[in-house]
Amino acid sequence: MKQQVKKSYVSETVARLKPSGIRRFFDLASSMEGVISLGVGEPDFVTSWNIREASILSLEQGYTSYTANAGLLELRQEIAAYLMRKFRVEYNPETEILVTVGASEALDLAMRAIINPGDEVIVVQPSFVAYEPLVTLAGGTPVLVETHGDDHFKLRPEHIEQVITERTKALIICSPNNPTGTVLQKEELEAIGRIVKKYDLLVVADEIYAELTYDDEYTSVAAVDGMWERTILISGFSKGFAMTGWRLGFAAAPKEILQAMLKIHQYAMMCAPTMVQYGALEALRSGEQDVEYMRKSYRRRRNYFVQSLNEIGLHCHMPGGAFYAFPSIQSTGLTSEQFAERLLIEEKVAVVPGSVFGSSGEGYIRCSYASSLEQLQEAIKRMKRFLERL
Amino acid sequence: MKLSEKEVEIIEILEKDARIPMETLAKMVELTVEETEAIVKKLEETKVIVQYAALVDWRKVDGHEGVTAMIDVKVTPKRGVGFDEVAERIYRFPEVKSVYLMSGAYDLSVVIEGRSMSEVAQFVSEKLSTLDSVISTTTHFILKKYKHDGTVFDQGDQDRRIVVAP
Repeated sequence: MKQQVKKSYVSETVARLKPSGIRRFFDLASSMEGVISLGVGEPDFVTSWNIREASILSLEQGYTSYTANAGLLELRQEIAAYLMRKFRVEYNPETEILVTVGASEALDLAMRAIINPGDEVIVVQPSFVAYEPLVTLAGGTPVLVETHGDDHFKLRPEHIEQVITERTKALIICSPNNPTGTVLQKEELEAIGRIVKKYDLLVVADEIYAELTYDDEYTSVAAVDGMWERTILISGFSKGFAMTGWRLGFAAAPKEILQAMLKIHQYAMMCAPTMVQYGALEALRSGEQDVEYMRKSYRRRRNYFVQSLNEIGLHCHMPGGAFYAFPSIQSTGLTSEQFAERLLIEEKVAVVPGSVFGSSGEGYIRCSYASSLEQLQEAIKRMKRFLERL
Repeated sequence: MKLSEKEVEIIEILEKDARIPMETLAKMVELTVEETEAIVKKLEETKVIVQYAALVDWRKVDGHEGVTAMIDVKVTPKRGVGFDEVAERIYRFPEVKSVYLMSGAYDLSVVIEGRSMSEVAQFVSEKLSTLDSVISTTTHFILKKYKHDGTVFDQGDQDRRIVVAP
């Protein structure tokens, strides 16, 4: 009997989605022994014991049922107090804060809550790998805007204005940025804000790395004049509190938008895991000192690592936040993928090719300095040897 | 002594890792090697940095049979010198590793290291208890060190992270 060609059950949107470029490097690096990894996008600290202990205690006390869809009210109140204390932005914990399963879920909810089919969302590159697919999955069209190394990967108002159309709905900003570490200063955000207001856009502000800024005081997009009402602020506990595996994030936004996000969240997720929410509560209540300790430690490693990269001939701008260095590898004549692959195979140092983060990331590599100083020193030694051989 | 932010930062780094290469230290605090060396020298000369020590897990060394005891000591303070005089008489013994003045049920906490339990016992009965001001002693032997000076012994510190992540 003649067999028919089996049809695909996968949605066309998903079928068209590109797999993450990080995946290939993960597979390659995982298959090798003795690799120094500068490829990780997470802290090298284990979550503070106080936080872990609080979560264990919540289990011992039997807090094992659902919480409110939006999250424990107590936790939302602490998040509101934290946002006020840290960034001078005010949110009503009852209606304007939502606890999510990681900042990733919050990003997804934000896209699905605001995008109508065909709406355009501006994605600034180099960018975190999930933005573009999340816009597509929500039925929108990602419109890419490039930032460049010779301008410290700063997003400028004219970049945005050049791509605005009638369908433009929102702009995603990530500061400090993954992968470049670039932080947008208050006056830069004000300039961007003027364009956003002029064209009546929304901003989805991924502020997950806000705790990890090293040189200047951090400004939240929502704290910029006239921006609160058009900002969806997204953050979480992964980076600042070293809680990546806990998957706990939150969104703060004006009531109308937040409630729309909550609708999706309650159908898709019900609520974030209860014991994790108790851990997060403790993080906000007692974690400040630990965050400061980790921040200081990253800052010292950044100083060492970025200066060393420049010394061995990989020009690197000084990142103001996050824990990534994004040096240029253009002088080697290799593509970022060739560079990363050869460095991995020849010297067993794993870095992520910049091209993974969008076209303007080509010519750069992302190196996470959230590794022990010994590992960073060894990585520099190996990279130097690699460069001398090229 | 009023120290600058950079000086304090250098102390914090050295306290964690006294063997860090000077070039690395200098980069971490964004100073030149010469400037960093000058600060370290100043900190040493002014005795802000008193000593560079190694934290050793002696259990791993074959043939090393040391014991550590913590002794609670009640003493009679003396007019004019309080506890200082008797504390000094105690801390001058080489067996004594540390002496603290305490609040609460006893006055001095004395840490002693000896080769064996009997050596410690002998020190307590012959040297410590017989001091004029000493009223009583209670000796506690340390059976196992889990954490010392902020460092956890035998900590499983392997990196559990996956190699590449967004």
